[in-house]
Amino acid sequence: MEILENIITKNGLVFAFLLVGLVMLFSFWVSKKIFRNKIPGVAIAIILGLSLAFLGDTKGISDIPLFAGMAILGGSMFRDFAVVATAMSADISKIKKAGFAGIISLFVGVTVTFIVGVTIAFALGYTDAVSLTTIGAGACTYIVGPVTGTALGASSDVIAISVATGVVKTIFTTIATPLIAKKIKLDNPHAAVVFGGLIGTTSGVVAGLAATDEKLVPYGALTATFYTGLGCLLCPSIFYLMLKFLNL
Amino acid sequence: MKIYGVALLAACFLLGKLLGNLLGKLINIDSDIGGVGFAMILLMASSIYLRKKGWLVPETEKGIWFWSAMYIPIIVAMAATLNVKAAVSGGIVAIAAGIGATIVGMLLVPVLSKIGRSNEIPKT
Repeated sequence: MEILENIITKNGLVFAFLLVGLVMLFSFWVSKKIFRNKIPGVAIAIILGLSLAFLGDTKGISDIPLFAGMAILGGSMFRDFAVVATAMSADISKIKKAGFAGIISLFVGVTVTFIVGVTIAFALGYTDAVSLTTIGAGACTYIVGPVTGTALGASSDVIAISVATGVVKTIFTTIATPLIAKKIKLDNPHAAVVFGGLIGTTSGVVAGLAATDEKLVPYGALTATFYTGLGCLLCPSIFYLMLKFLNL
Repeated sequence: MKIYGVALLAACFLLGKLLGNLLGKLINIDSDIGGVGFAMILLMASSIYLRKKGWLVPETEKGIWFWSAMYIPIIVAMAATLNVKAAVSGGIVAIAAGIGATIVGMLLVPVLSKIGRSNEIPKT
């Protein structure tokens, strides 16, 4: 037992790969078998991650020496590196296909989402620009939140709230999209492109559209893939500065 | 070689962070202003350029695709290392902001759908 513990603490990052791999495997299995793909596996995995953090303290599960490697894998360096790599899947030549409405919906989507997120956070008692920006960014997606929060130096608990906000959005999008689709005339490729740009959480958009009409999925995904990148660009820069100048 | 792709990604990443930090210095805010966003733009631009030149071969791209595929597992690891105990009191904010922002976005779909409806979208 002691030998095993020794190996794990000495190879923390490798153990973290194994652990996260198992979390992903379990989450996607639960998503498929229990929720019949109605809730994206990604959302379940992140919720599971957040729950694991309860085992520790201020640094989540990595407070336990055995799991210290999780802090390396989940640290801001690897995270930002991987997020930047996702830009490869956002093919610029495809933005032309999204057309003018798609581009407008992306900018309106990120801006309006941010404003709503900030307003709600403000109404519920957050007053400093860094926390407000981080939660507003989290309302965009669960990636924009922590990327923005780390860049601006937000506290770990505020970053956790921003991740949770993004996860709530993903799950709510998945459940609500098929219910509201008719009312918002989401029944054609054009509306799906706009929908993807306005909502932006790729996993939620894809799962929600799949439950509405399979054929709409590629159109929604087309714009949604640009959303996180745009959020990472606007939230910690222009949006943060605007909040700062508003002297919040 | 895959490492060429990883190196290209690293170059874009560092340059983007540098831009973000310089911008922060420029406006007297001691933080990284949009560095990740800049890095993403740099990666998109350089990959388009290199592909045109024929220098970005699939084997090189694989080095970037690997990291692109790792982002969800990394986000899960990050979630597990956050200070969630202190965040519980903010759970209501997460639920309200998450749902509120989504509803507003959804309600805007019919409004923005009116833009350029006559322009047909080419099939993907």
